[in-house]
Amino acid sequence: MTELHTVLLVAVASVVTILLRFLPFAIFSGRRNTPAFVVYLGKVLPYAIMGMLVVFCLKGVSLTAAPHGIPEAVACILVVLLHIWKRNTLISILGGTVCYMLLVQLVF
Amino acid sequence: MTNETKSDLRRAAAATLPVLTGYVVLGMGFGVILQSRGYGVLWALAMSVFIYAGSMQYVAIDLLTGGASLFAMALTTLAVNARHLFYGISMVDRYREMKPKPFLIFTLTDETYSLVCSDTGLEGIHNRNRYFFCVSLLNYLYWITGSVIGSLLGSVLPFSTEGIDFALTALFLTVFVEQWLNTKNHTAALVGIAASVLCLVLIGPENFLIPAMLLITLALTMLQKQSGITNEPAPDKSAEMPDGGGADHD
Repeated sequence: MTELHTVLLVAVASVVTILLRFLPFAIFSGRRNTPAFVVYLGKVLPYAIMGMLVVFCLKGVSLTAAPHGIPEAVACILVVLLHIWKRNTLISILGGTVCYMLLVQLVF
Repeated sequence: MTNETKSDLRRAAAATLPVLTGYVVLGMGFGVILQSRGYGVLWALAMSVFIYAGSMQYVAIDLLTGGASLFAMALTTLAVNARHLFYGISMVDRYREMKPKPFLIFTLTDETYSLVCSDTGLEGIHNRNRYFFCVSLLNYLYWITGSVIGSLLGSVLPFSTEGIDFALTALFLTVFVEQWLNTKNHTAALVGIAASVLCLVLIGPENFLIPAMLLITLALTMLQKQSGITNEPAPDKSAEMPDGGGADHD
């Protein structure tokens, strides 16, 4: 593959990403008042999207093939418990990630 | 620099600390893989500066090494990053008067969005514009720095990084739990999980994201009349106060 083609591939990924990020603002910013429907979505989407992103991250987990999603389940439960207990984002993320790395590298 | 500015900067640094961890780890992972496929530090730098979308950059590695067509790259980017449309929709109002707006929009990643999308954690911020800018800029720099470090040090890391990408899952899960603990009405959060799992099961892992977002939007639209679904807080005292109104929690 040529270097130019690689440059163009990166450029395409960049331009499409930028377009996606700017499009909603381009459509709605011109209006004096944001439509009530958009305001409503702005309030509820953040909660729904975080749930979606969690599912998105776990989409590759197979429940039928070994290790049956056990490392992911254990690490996720640990993150939730750590966060309810300490309410410290850093501890929750580090604890869950280290636990997951140990599980997939040493146990499963 | 005034004390108020310093206070906002400190708050931004503190709020982005988890993103620093996640981004340096994930950015390094990206740099390491890219390096192992024969693309050096300049490629890592260029992709992080110009694309700045974590999961897309991981996906792009395979497309680069596989010599994908430009059309395939455009379609894949569209599919993987379409969720940004929804971030934008929910930030139109919050970013209406903010500057520099193009930069704030360009840097609206999953993680930045998770920090600026709701009022959770914004109590006592003197200047939201300045705070949002600092959060966005810091996250951007963390990601670029992480990917460059990964690219430079990738091959000499003394331990296996297998499983390190779980940091991203953990970050979103943490934000999800934090939002859950901060709200009474969990309808929107449950809709997000249920619609995503449903689409994942029905459509499969490759293409479920866009249908899931459409289903979420549809379901939330139908639930618009449900009372309490927006979790509107009781009138927030600190938000009513003029700048410097003594709401400094530092």
